[in-house]
Amino acid sequence: MAAAVGLRPASGGGCSKGVEKVKKRKRLGRGVAVVGAGMSAFGMFPEKNSKDLFVEAFQEMTASVDKGFDPRDIEALYLGNFTNDFFVHQAHWGPIIADLIGLVPKPATRTEGACASSALAFREGVFAIASGFYDVVLVGGLEEMSKRTTEAVAEGLALATVPYEGQAGFTFPGVFGAVATAYFDKYGASRDHLMDITIKSHRNAPLNPKAQFKATIRDIMDAKVEKARQKGTALPPWEDEKAFLRDPRANPVVAWPMHLYDCCPISDGASCMLLVAEDIAARFTDEPVVVAGLGQGSGRGLHACSDLTYFEATRQAAREAYDVAGLGPEDIQFAEVHDCFSIAELLHIEDLGFFKPGRGFHAVAEGATRLNGIKPINTSGGLKCKGHPVGATGVSQLYEVWTQLRYTAGKRQIPIGDLHTGGAHNLGGTGGTCTFTILERK
Amino acid sequence: MQERPFSDVSFEKYLDEDKLMGSRCRQCGVLYVPPRPICTRCHATDMTWEKVAVEGRLRAFTCIAVGPPFMTAQGFNRDNPYCTGVVELAEGTRLDARIEGVDAKNPAAITVGQPLRARFVHHADAPRKTTLVFQPC
Repeated sequence: MAAAVGLRPASGGGCSKGVEKVKKRKRLGRGVAVVGAGMSAFGMFPEKNSKDLFVEAFQEMTASVDKGFDPRDIEALYLGNFTNDFFVHQAHWGPIIADLIGLVPKPATRTEGACASSALAFREGVFAIASGFYDVVLVGGLEEMSKRTTEAVAEGLALATVPYEGQAGFTFPGVFGAVATAYFDKYGASRDHLMDITIKSHRNAPLNPKAQFKATIRDIMDAKVEKARQKGTALPPWEDEKAFLRDPRANPVVAWPMHLYDCCPISDGASCMLLVAEDIAARFTDEPVVVAGLGQGSGRGLHACSDLTYFEATRQAAREAYDVAGLGPEDIQFAEVHDCFSIAELLHIEDLGFFKPGRGFHAVAEGATRLNGIKPINTSGGLKCKGHPVGATGVSQLYEVWTQLRYTAGKRQIPIGDLHTGGAHNLGGTGGTCTFTILERK
Repeated sequence: MQERPFSDVSFEKYLDEDKLMGSRCRQCGVLYVPPRPICTRCHATDMTWEKVAVEGRLRAFTCIAVGPPFMTAQGFNRDNPYCTGVVELAEGTRLDARIEGVDAKNPAAITVGQPLRARFVHHADAPRKTTLVFQPC
């Protein structure tokens, strides 16, 4: 026999064509529910370290479990952290945090995927439960960035670019600036379209008590006008928010076309979630939020992409998550996406399938992604305004989705009556690691 | 003469000799610049070196006002930004590279698609001894 039973004989050269691939739909071995979530305030906190921030997140998570829980039931910790080694000269955060909250000698594992580090922790926690090995797992992330100079933080974050990018003088804002020029060239968008994203994020953030920047662009303009009035200097001539954002004195260039208000800030923060097997979720809550789908992808550097107007890793993550969930982009009612830079939000809402490639900026201009739009994006204020303590961000995005699904988002609650499905997209490096996770209220 | 390994070190040594070299997969024909030891399309490891012309077109760029320490050491800052970008070579592969001969203070005048040609710049003290710097041609 030339071919094994059940295998199709080779139809011609090339190893990949020899055997028909069996496409297996990916499934969790058993259901996983989120029954508690917490995050510290995000911002710059000179008087707090990573442990203090994690305690804040852990205490809020503990209080959020509807029927309460015993911390001794936690069987393992998965913790995302990117660059504390560099920022605060301390590595090996898994056992430090496990000891802090009384988990020792239970296992603690640190995950690193640049700015997607805690989405990877979440994913490992989900798999640990889905495999049947554990029933109750804590996942989270932390990052302590503000104690270094801006230059040192930029240098630390740039550890996650690909080598050729760094050597050519690219910074993170520079990489996304280059992506923006490619997008502008292909689709005819402009800086004005990115301003719609910035203005929207700044409208959502004041409604989020944990956000780093709780001011709208209009608030910031009014404060500057008031300051000029008090000092008796010439009043700024801005007629609207975009005029303010176009003014290079108010909004200086960082890496053209990325300006100050296109970029997320330097932040400290922590986040965590309690995951349990779905079949025991009723012990913790009568309203479990379950992991409907999750996906992860990887990508290459700028020079190895033939088209810079999308992230291959995000598309892969989305395909995988939709496949697991049996859902499509039209089923995701709202999402948190990784808006480290304004242009990034635009690419993500297209890569996740919410809008067609090259149409995202029109949808944003029409208000589709606002809190009251058809597809609210970054109701938390996003990385831009909520803050981006990189290792904590992934789980903090899921915290926002969980909070919205439980109708506990207060003033930023999405104003529709049947919220049941939301997504969170996290990106690491220059698109090297991307995840998409879909949560569903049962 | 023994063939150099298809590595970053070999790539940089060739740059020191004023040559831009890539690896071409003998199985499926794809060209990689910088070189790769494994073809990411067909997974073959049967590569051959190929010299690549140092001309192409600008595909994406940025003008950086706040650069990394090695760029600020060269005098670049908010008042003196620099341009860097992604250049598509004639063979279709792309490189990240510094772009000179353009006005980084006036990025609106820099256009995606414009033709560029590179020269080899040798440094005494930089992350890499030789870099390709592109400029309009």
